[in-house]
Amino acid sequence: MKVDIVRTTIDGREITIAPPGKARGDVLEEELDEEMREVIGRNVLLAKLEDLLNVGVVRAIVNWAKRNSLWPATFGLACCAIEMMATVASRNDIARFGAEVFRGSPRQADVMIVSGRCSWKMAPVLRRIYDQMPNPKWVIAMGTCASCGGVFQNYAIVQGVDQIVPVDVYVAGCPPRPENLLHGIMMLQEKIKNERIGEHRSKEVP
Amino acid sequence: MATVEREQAVMTINMGPQHPSTHGVLRLILTLEGETVIDAEPVIGYLHTAIEKEAEHKTYHKVITLNDRLDYVSGMTNNFAYCLAVEKLLGIEPPLRGQYLRVIVSELQRIASHLVFLGTTALEIGIMSAFFYCFREREKILDLFEMLCGARLTYSYIIVGGVRYDLPDGWVEKCREFLREFPKAWRELDELISKNPIWLNRTKGIGILKKEDAIAWGVTGPSLRASGVAWDLRKTMPYSSYDHFDFEIVTAEEGDTYARYWVRMLEMLESLKIVRQALDNLPTGPVLADHPWATPPPKNLLDKDMEALIRHFLFYSRGYPVPPGEAYAAVESARGEVGFYIVSDGSEKPYRMHMRAPSFIHVHALPVVAKGHLIADLVAILASFDPVMGEVDR
Amino acid sequence: MTEQTETLADVEHLLQITERLKNFLGEEAIEEVKVHNGEVTVTVRRENLLEALQHLRDEEKFEMLVDATAVDYLPLRGEPRFEVVYHLLSLTHRLRLRVKVRVRSDDAWVPTACHIYPSANPYEREIWDMFGIKVEGHPNLKRILTYDEFPGHPLRKDFPLFWQPGQPLEKPEKPFEEW
Repeated sequence: MKVDIVRTTIDGREITIAPPGKARGDVLEEELDEEMREVIGRNVLLAKLEDLLNVGVVRAIVNWAKRNSLWPATFGLACCAIEMMATVASRNDIARFGAEVFRGSPRQADVMIVSGRCSWKMAPVLRRIYDQMPNPKWVIAMGTCASCGGVFQNYAIVQGVDQIVPVDVYVAGCPPRPENLLHGIMMLQEKIKNERIGEHRSKEVP
Repeated sequence: MATVEREQAVMTINMGPQHPSTHGVLRLILTLEGETVIDAEPVIGYLHTAIEKEAEHKTYHKVITLNDRLDYVSGMTNNFAYCLAVEKLLGIEPPLRGQYLRVIVSELQRIASHLVFLGTTALEIGIMSAFFYCFREREKILDLFEMLCGARLTYSYIIVGGVRYDLPDGWVEKCREFLREFPKAWRELDELISKNPIWLNRTKGIGILKKEDAIAWGVTGPSLRASGVAWDLRKTMPYSSYDHFDFEIVTAEEGDTYARYWVRMLEMLESLKIVRQALDNLPTGPVLADHPWATPPPKNLLDKDMEALIRHFLFYSRGYPVPPGEAYAAVESARGEVGFYIVSDGSEKPYRMHMRAPSFIHVHALPVVAKGHLIADLVAILASFDPVMGEVDR
Repeated sequence: MTEQTETLADVEHLLQITERLKNFLGEEAIEEVKVHNGEVTVTVRRENLLEALQHLRDEEKFEMLVDATAVDYLPLRGEPRFEVVYHLLSLTHRLRLRVKVRVRSDDAWVPTACHIYPSANPYEREIWDMFGIKVEGHPNLKRILTYDEFPGHPLRKDFPLFWQPGQPLEKPEKPFEEW
């Protein structure tokens, strides 16, 4: 159904709901004042060296390091979380892809695997955890409930978390098998391989 | 040394919905004095899925797929309780082979669920290796389930009238192999955890739930049995031919975290006993009752018989009408008493479906048990009640 | 079959219990006693609800309140619109009993059972959240499953199934036809 950008208050917190697929990762421009812009612009040294760094060899090495050490933030919500735990376990080992350290705090994590159905009460929390992750960050929507609402088309479930946070990889399944999730992580690694360095930073610096 | 009375400030801290140790999206508002918990108020609803409202818009057969996602760690028991309630309304009884298969599958599911409990509790208390050992064993059970019905987590295998499929070839042998191998793994976990001094320090005497409190607060399942009440629905109010099997109710006296852990460990062995007896005495026959409209016809009739085709089409598209009335049926799941209250108005869709979730009550009984403990103990106590937020929030 | 005779004996026992309850409360307090599929349901008046629950807990040994929920009968029979349903379990007698109260929609409240059965606390919050039936005397009557600013009470029959925050909550659309 047609959804425009809507701003509501849930549990006392403001949240911006975008049409499916159009959620923005950065802070909205009009919320930054001049001082804030200057501070962000001044400290991002690497962004100013962007052109120097996007040479083939440097980019290949940096992206290789980034994609082979993705540390997920624990965001297990529902049934998909059990399959995520099974992916961590010894039969389907996620550690061989570099993602074994599930950080409890989002401030130390690279990728957020949203596994499970996100309810509207949980949506501001999801956005806040996403905002707390430092750049570069990626989001994997695991399962159909996170990708599009899944089996549940009702008043309580977000019809796809891409209305709240920008999603990079969607993994389908209800719940997806561990092999499925590993394929999703491999797809994310392919995506990172072809990224420009400073891609995320270019959105922050005005 | 003179003791100095210092005024400790009382802090309110949020143990938020996203937390590695809260077993899902549970939010606890802790009132702390230093590190001692004075009050822990649970705030739930972060996984509210409106399954009860959705069930009013789907036919009775399709609601079974919604039910799996309630208590997602033990999916078979939700289906079981729902099907018992609908069968009460319809007046169907599944054939004996179907009942035995339901029992086998429930008991294997109980072992798998207790393994998740053990793995995550040990992980939170610090024994990370137990997590991997438990999930390794759980994968074997999930292999059995996948061979049986094709899914690892959300099965929809138990339907109204019996079970969906019969055992494939080679399943019984594989199951018996699992029954032979599992006690070794159990002993490995037992040696690793039960006498471990760190484990004993962190679980003995922590979070004592007294008998009267447990009954007054509606606690059921292993948490109730660990407080000394010998109440197990499989023995005291048997359903679906559980009275054909010989097993014991496991109880403990102290009611602390260690008792709840130990009750679950011993229950895993009792479940092995039940599965072994069920496989030895498995009767032959159909697995699905043959009701004129409430059960799907056997697949091999579909290309020969027109009536079977019509029945198949109507079953899967329009559904089947259920006589008006209401029913409550309860099942002993790995967490406690899972019950479904179904009100029917004579049409093909349930008028009201309500799930009685054990974890809903256990999470709210937490403040009673956790007063006066440290935060680290709170984590252990919460893990020992084994809540699953899917069924708390429905 | 042993199961049938056992169920009949249980139903007999439960009917005796309801007789004793009727003698305790008086004739007018109990509106209906129904036996269906081996289960006994007692409908009491709202004024006598707490006395009935107290009597059942203390004299008849129904120690545990297993479930408390409500049902909205608006499309089926109109007023009284709601029925608040309590499921009681007796560990000593191994019996289950269902106690119901009928509530009208213009007068939607029930007294709290928290003092008799502490396990009623979260169930009554859910009844308030999902149906809008106020529970008098509850220590903490707030929304439990939906978020604080949620408009309306979702499990009522006139609340739509598919509504997303930010949309205006208008009158419900046609029921979602599903094949």
